[in-house]
Amino acid sequence: MLEIRDLHASVGGNEILRGISLSVKPGEVHAIMGPNGSGKSTLARVLAGHPDYEVTGGEVTYRGEDLLDLEAEVRAQRGIFLAFQYPVEIPGVNNSYFLKAALNAVRKARGEEELDAVDFLALIRQKAKLLDLDTALLSRPVNEGFSGGEKKRNEIFHMAVLEPMLSVLDETDSGLDIDALRIVANGVNALRSPERASIVVTHYQRLLNYIVPDFVHVLSDGRIIRSGGKELALELEDKGYAWLDEPGHA
Amino acid sequence: MSATQETIELLATQEYKYGFVTDIDADTVPIGLSEEVIRIISAKKNEPDWLLEFRLKAYRKWLTMAEPRWPNVSYDPIDYQSISYYSAPKSKDDAPKSLDEVDPELRRTFDRLGIPLDEQKALAGIAVDAVFDSVSVATTYKTKLKEMGIIFGSFSEAVQEHPELVRQYLGSVVPYSDNYFSALNSAVFTDGSFCYIPKGVRCPMELSTYFRINAQNTGQFERTLLVADEGATVSYLEGCTAPRRDENQLHAAVVELVALDNATIKYSTVQNWYPGDKDGKGGIYNFVTKRGRCGNSSKITWTQVETGSAITWKYPSCILQGDNSVGEFYSVAVTNNRQQADTGTKMVHIGKNTKSTIVSKGISAGRGQNTYRGLVRVNPGATGARNYSQCDSLLIGDRCGAHTFPYIDVRTPHAQVEHEASTSKIGEDQIFYCRQRGLSSEDAVNMIVSGFCKEVFRELPMEFAVEAQKLLGISLEGSVG
Repeated sequence: MLEIRDLHASVGGNEILRGISLSVKPGEVHAIMGPNGSGKSTLARVLAGHPDYEVTGGEVTYRGEDLLDLEAEVRAQRGIFLAFQYPVEIPGVNNSYFLKAALNAVRKARGEEELDAVDFLALIRQKAKLLDLDTALLSRPVNEGFSGGEKKRNEIFHMAVLEPMLSVLDETDSGLDIDALRIVANGVNALRSPERASIVVTHYQRLLNYIVPDFVHVLSDGRIIRSGGKELALELEDKGYAWLDEPGHA
Repeated sequence: MSATQETIELLATQEYKYGFVTDIDADTVPIGLSEEVIRIISAKKNEPDWLLEFRLKAYRKWLTMAEPRWPNVSYDPIDYQSISYYSAPKSKDDAPKSLDEVDPELRRTFDRLGIPLDEQKALAGIAVDAVFDSVSVATTYKTKLKEMGIIFGSFSEAVQEHPELVRQYLGSVVPYSDNYFSALNSAVFTDGSFCYIPKGVRCPMELSTYFRINAQNTGQFERTLLVADEGATVSYLEGCTAPRRDENQLHAAVVELVALDNATIKYSTVQNWYPGDKDGKGGIYNFVTKRGRCGNSSKITWTQVETGSAITWKYPSCILQGDNSVGEFYSVAVTNNRQQADTGTKMVHIGKNTKSTIVSKGISAGRGQNTYRGLVRVNPGATGARNYSQCDSLLIGDRCGAHTFPYIDVRTPHAQVEHEASTSKIGEDQIFYCRQRGLSSEDAVNMIVSGFCKEVFRELPMEFAVEAQKLLGISLEGSVG
C-alpha cells in the first residue's frame, strides 16, 4: 500500500528526515516511536503533503502512484487521512457542515454520488455514537473552543466519517485521559480491515495497549534505527530510548 | 487604457470640436459642470421649478466645498469638468449585438453565478427584445403593488406623477449641503428609484427581481428615495451580484430612507462594480451617501455586501430621532488586488431608548486596503440608548491592510455602548487542514470567509445570501496561491 524509500525532507532548510524506508501493507498497523525531535511528526506531515516541508530525496509510492506528485487534497481524496497533533480551529464554520463538504469532495473525487443532508445526518449520528462524541460538538465551529481531548476525539470522528484507506495518527494520544484514549482506540480499531492500514505516531506505549500494532519502528535523528514487533514498544517503555544507543543494540 | 478613459478622452476631444453649444435637442450635453448644464438636465427631464432650484442651490453649495481628504484611500484627482453629466439612453447600435461580443471573463462570471441567459444579456447591455420573462413578471408585480397603494418606479416618473411626495421628502434626510458628493449628486442626478409604502401596508414582496432588471441606465449619479409611512414595512434590495458593465468611472449616489412612526425598512445592497484590473486601473470610484431617519418605534436595517469598485466611500447611517427606534448595520466589505474601501456607518441616537447594532466584517486580500469607520453618537436627551458594535477584520496574505476607526461620542450618562473588534488572518495551517480533509484551497478560503461573514449573510434575504456567498468566492479567486 505504502512504500517509502530513502525519504529525505527538510523544513526551513533544516534536514529532519535523513533517509527513511518503510513498507506498509494493507491490513497492517505500524507504530512510529522515538524521542522528541526525531522526526515522527515530520514524517506524518510529509505523507499528508504539508506545504512547509520540502522533500529533498527518496520516493514514496502509495497504491501504485507517486505520492509526492499529488497535492495535499488529492492525497486526502485518494484515502490518506492525517489526524493532526494540533487540530486547527476554523471559526464560524460549522463542524458537521465542514465534514459534509469534505466527505462529498472525497466522494466526488472517487466518482461516487454526494450524500444528501438526510443520509449525512444519519451517518454522523452513528459515528458520533461510536466515539461517544457529544453531539453538541457537531454544530459548533470546527475545533473552536474545544478542549484538548475534544479536539483529538473530533479528529478521530472525522476519520470515522471519511473512512480513509491509510490513516496517519500524529500523537493523537497526547493529552488524553485513559477513558478518552480507549474511545479513540475503539474508533481506530473499528476501521481496521484487511484493506486498510494505519500509521500511529506516539510517544507512549500506553496507546499501543489499545491499538495493537503489527510493527513498531523507532525513529531517531531522522532515521529508523530499529524495527520490531509489538514487544519492542514494551521494551522501550521499560528501558527508555537511551537503551537503543547503547553499544551492541543499535 | 480602459474603455472609461477612452470615453473620457473622446469626449474631451469633442469639447474642442464642438465647443459649449447649448442645444437642448442634442443627445449629449456638453461635458463639464455649470449652471447651464444643470438647467439643460432639468429641462430635458421636464422638471418643476422647485427641483431646478434644489439642483442650483446644491451646485452653488458644491462650488464652495472641497472634496474630502480624510478617507483612508488614495486616488488620482478627479477632473469634474471632464465628465459628461447627462447623456441620453444609449442607442441600440452601440450595444453589443450578442453575448459573443461580451468580454469572456464577464461571461464566465455570469455563468458561475448561474444568471439566466436573458438576464445576462440585459446586464451586459445587449439590446434585448421586450418579451423576455422578467419584464412581464415586473409588470405583474407593478400592478399588484399599485393595488396596495405602493408607489414604486423611477425617480423621474415620481417627479412627474407624485411631485408633492418627492418635494416633501427629497433632501429631508440627506440635505444637499451634507457633503461634497451629496451636493454634487443633488445638482446633477439623472435618475434613480422612488418608493412609497402607504400607512400600515406591508409590502408583500422583496422589491428585488423587479429592481434587478430595472436598475439599468440609472446613470452615475443615482438618487433613491424610499418612504415608509406610519406602520408600513418594506424590504428593498439594491444592486446585483453580477458585475455590471459601466462606462462611468465616478459614481456618487444618494439614498434617503424615511421610516415614519412604527415603520420598518430593510435595505440590502450587493455592490459588485468593476474593481479595476490587477493594478487597480480603470475601476469604479464609488462615493455614496446613504442615510435613514427613524420615527418613533421604527426600524431601519442596512445590510451591505461590497465586493466591487476600486474605491468605496460609503457610510449607510441611521438618525434615530424617534423614541424607541432601532438602527442596524450589517456589512461585509471585500478588497482584493488594489481595491480600497473606507466604509462603515453612523448611528446617531437622539430619541429615548433608541437601540443600534453594528456588525462589520472587512476582508482584505491581495494589496487591498479595508477601513472601517463608524460613529456612534448619543445625544444628551437620548437616555436609555444602547449600542453594540462589532468590527472584525480578516486578512488573506501579507500585503493587504485592515484599519478600524471607531468614533464614540456619548453625551448622556444614561447610555450603554459596547464595542468589540478583532483582526484575524487566514492561516496556512487552516488551509492545509481543509486540504487534508479533501477540500481545495479555493473551497477552503470560501468556507473560512463564509464562516467569517455568517452573521451578515443571515440578514440578507435567502436567495440574495446564496448569491452573495458565491460572489465572495469569485471576488477572492486567486487570493491564495
